[in-house]
Amino acid sequence: MPTAMIDTSTVATHPLFGRLTLESFPYHEPIVVATFVAVVLGGIALVAALSYFRLWGYLWKEWFTTVDHKRIGIMYMVLGLIMLLRGFADAIMMRLQQAIAFGGSEGYLNAHHYDQIFTAHGVIMIFFVAMPFVTGLMNYVVPLQIGARDVSFPFLNNFSFWMTVGGAVLIMVSLFVGEFARTGWLAYPPLSNIAYSPETGVDYYIWALQIAGVGTTLSGINLICTIVKMRAPGMTMMKMPVFTWTSLCTNVLIVASFPILTATLVLLSLDRYVGTNFFTNDLGGSPMMYVNLIWIWGHPEVYILILPVFGIFSEVTSTFSGKKLFGYTSMVYATVVITILSYLVWLHHFFTMGSGASVNSFFGITTMIISIPTGAKIFNWLFTMYRGRIRYELPMMWTVAFMLTFVIGGMTGVLLAVPPADFVLHNSLFLIAHFHNVIIGGVLFGLFAGIYYWWPKAFGFRLEPFWGKVSFWCWVIGFYFAFMPLYVLGLMGVTRRLRVFEDPSLQIWFQIAAFGAVLIAAGIGAFLVQIAVSVWKRRELVDRTGDPWDGRTLEWATSSPPPDYNFAFTPMIHDNDAWWDMKKRGYKRPLGGFRAIHMPSNSGTGVILAGISVVLGFALVWYIWWLAAVSFVALLAAAIHHTFNYHRDFHIPADVVVRTENERTRLLSGQV
Amino acid sequence: MTRFRTLALLPLMAALSGCNLVVMSPSGDVASQQANLITISTLLMLLIIVPVMVLTVLFAWRYRQSNSTAKYDPDWDHSTQLELVIWAAPLLIIICLGALTWMATHLLDPYRPLDRIAAGRPVPADAKTLDVNVVALDWKWLFIYPEYGIATVNEVAAPVDRPIRFSITSSTVMNSFYIPALAGQIYAMAGMETKLHAVINEPGSFKGFSANYSGAGFSHMRFTFHGLAGDGFDKWVADIRAGGGTLDRNGYLQLERPSENEPVRRYGSVDPGLFKAIVGMCVEPGKMCMHDMAAIDAKGGLGLAGIDNVMPLMHDKRVRRGTAVLGPAPVYVAGICSTEELTGRVVESVGGPNAPIESSPISGAGLPRSSFTPISAPAPVFGPRTTANP
Repeated sequence: MPTAMIDTSTVATHPLFGRLTLESFPYHEPIVVATFVAVVLGGIALVAALSYFRLWGYLWKEWFTTVDHKRIGIMYMVLGLIMLLRGFADAIMMRLQQAIAFGGSEGYLNAHHYDQIFTAHGVIMIFFVAMPFVTGLMNYVVPLQIGARDVSFPFLNNFSFWMTVGGAVLIMVSLFVGEFARTGWLAYPPLSNIAYSPETGVDYYIWALQIAGVGTTLSGINLICTIVKMRAPGMTMMKMPVFTWTSLCTNVLIVASFPILTATLVLLSLDRYVGTNFFTNDLGGSPMMYVNLIWIWGHPEVYILILPVFGIFSEVTSTFSGKKLFGYTSMVYATVVITILSYLVWLHHFFTMGSGASVNSFFGITTMIISIPTGAKIFNWLFTMYRGRIRYELPMMWTVAFMLTFVIGGMTGVLLAVPPADFVLHNSLFLIAHFHNVIIGGVLFGLFAGIYYWWPKAFGFRLEPFWGKVSFWCWVIGFYFAFMPLYVLGLMGVTRRLRVFEDPSLQIWFQIAAFGAVLIAAGIGAFLVQIAVSVWKRRELVDRTGDPWDGRTLEWATSSPPPDYNFAFTPMIHDNDAWWDMKKRGYKRPLGGFRAIHMPSNSGTGVILAGISVVLGFALVWYIWWLAAVSFVALLAAAIHHTFNYHRDFHIPADVVVRTENERTRLLSGQV
Repeated sequence: MTRFRTLALLPLMAALSGCNLVVMSPSGDVASQQANLITISTLLMLLIIVPVMVLTVLFAWRYRQSNSTAKYDPDWDHSTQLELVIWAAPLLIIICLGALTWMATHLLDPYRPLDRIAAGRPVPADAKTLDVNVVALDWKWLFIYPEYGIATVNEVAAPVDRPIRFSITSSTVMNSFYIPALAGQIYAMAGMETKLHAVINEPGSFKGFSANYSGAGFSHMRFTFHGLAGDGFDKWVADIRAGGGTLDRNGYLQLERPSENEPVRRYGSVDPGLFKAIVGMCVEPGKMCMHDMAAIDAKGGLGLAGIDNVMPLMHDKRVRRGTAVLGPAPVYVAGICSTEELTGRVVESVGGPNAPIESSPISGAGLPRSSFTPISAPAPVFGPRTTANP
């Protein structure tokens, strides 16, 4: 047998810096350099301001190390908002590129940069925008809704949050050191394997998701335990608020599906680091296996995002219609059915991979079946509005916009579930329009409804409505302008992830879409202005009652913002609209008999562990083996050290509780 | 409300009529059936979507807080009849759509040979299916016509109304072969072969491209599909043959290197074993083909003696663009040894001279697995890579 010449040249790794060289810094990309300068200047200004106002100690003691589920929830929301700005910057750059790259023009982005942008956009929007927003709301609201004082494992909650931040930090680092993946957001091999992506991009992708994935999984376990074990007496499963129900189902999905993602990424990293052959073309590897595995996680993931949001819409619709939720039982069953079915549909993401007709039709039909419980939910909201007294506050406006928008996305989704239709629409801009239709029109609209709904609870004042309405209309109209043209382009046979175009008749549609993106940018801007204006006018917008919307569930029974211990006395539950029921029966707030309250203590270990994890991830991305070894040992040492921490809890003294509750009594009476 | 919507849709309709919705008005029978299916499914779903949207707007307006004439019933939260309707109505529609899906998916299965070339026109008994082999390369398309012994790059043609069978593979990463005017898409994957049956009913030039992102040159990975009427196709083939040029294995290895914006190329003759070798990932001389390896494995594998032999299958693990940093060094058989040497080796590693001798390397399935160590020592993990030649 003749000798086959195999090129065995390897990556040169420096013993100290791994494969990190001066060339790894993208100083030759003007856009990145400008961003870097802006980030550095902004960072210096922020650090200076924090130092000047002596806020470091406050931030560390009151926020970074907190185990209070409310503060962790708020920090999740802040993370989501910051990453939304990054993810949206990517989006608008893509829209601009696609609007101008016609007639021989290469646009302003080369392939190397553009391919990173669409990958980063997808990864960031799903993992570091939608997930933190959803987790943040669940973290804040669920313990309050079930009458608990915190989650089951408060330290774990803090650790989960910082691991999510760690993943986000690693992705942001990839912007300025090396590069991000150029593979699309799910990093299909063989493209993502070492043979075709030898650079650092996919490694950043893997380690960012692995670090954040630890946080997501642990937070899922935490919230399941909380919901199962910590409900107030009398709150049976069928008396839980719908948002708590959907949160429970979501966290079950998280715990059951994120380990699949973790395992899949472990296999991919083994392929990339030690030369195994799980997903290679040759030596028995199968890239099709990866596609299956990643979607067995990926499809439940979209329900992880949408289910809690369905819960938000249920709470909002019934509160602002002044009515009990129509069909509570069928709502709960619909949620559970969706939870189970979401595991039986993953193959619809790749009908075109060559499965047989029977396999394809099975997965097509299971997908359609999911639309039945989802349709039932829409009808339930509809009949909750029926014979109601609907108050059009911002949360309700978002809900109506959702109902009208989401059904379009649902319809195109069922259409894509028909395999022969998918053969012509798969990977097209029609598909892009569809999932933005359900993720923006569903998840994002719902998150806004939730933010406006629970903001007064979290901060003790409402958000100012004028800028909120500006933001609402910019978002909704912008959404239609940005994505309806994509449906049309999909029917014109235009596929996704293209950087340049030949056919000039397409350009007008991309320009309309870009205009829509600009409107959405205005919507985001108006939202930020709204927050600033509301903070400025917080005395006019103050909520002294703790129940600004005439709410129905338990979180409205306590003050806004709630005290550290949430409830001075654990409430007794008799009805699934617990607070509505208490108000109806003339509930009197107890004014005496307060006792000391047992609470968990803050801990800095979460920040430290997540920080070390980021260093470990960075070292692995750049093959800096000594640093990887050192940080791994440090990680273990810090974790073990934490087990010797015996200062885990304390008691809020009774007189502090008395003082807090008397203050509330004063506020409530001042209202009358 | 619906009238307003129709009015509002008018400018949109006008705009749409100006553009070419190729997916909805294609030129091939398969794509036409797929377009019809889209229309039917959409209409079916509109049966429920439109009432929901109308009711949403109606209720949202009628039960607004300022309308004190509307009935307010704060405790009304259940109605068995309504619950029945809201679960049954979507269910009925999904039953219809599901039945439609089952039939259409089987009828339009890309692997299924055509039984008609257009509505009401079955495939003639004497029709000979045109075979076209398709290879997705970085970043261009290679088409091989085994029947005519010609090959083209970024251009493909077929006679009108003649059934076509595409056999599709890829040289490296995953792509998707898609000609919207002709038929739906199917993935192109290395080491595998997918099939697509289609027919073009109208002459013309249509766009084809990759519908699955495949790297830097993806945007330019386009080709033209020509539907040729009359003797146009025969003339096209004759032209290519007259143009000369040969695509042999070496030519292919040159061609498959990554390149962007490739012009159309034509080859008057082509190595008849090329496509099979591409699918087997063994175009480079000296490599064992996937199907040979699979056949050996099916018979029980090469056993212990054959462990090192897997290396000739190595396709793109280290040769393309990168390499695993901690992986074992590539180690493989560079020369072949005699049966005696081989036997001695097996005995040595299995358990000394007294162990039963299995001399046939093909029937190694029964070999003890206790000493399952590669014969050549692995390279040091952090050290420089070397090619070991045992």
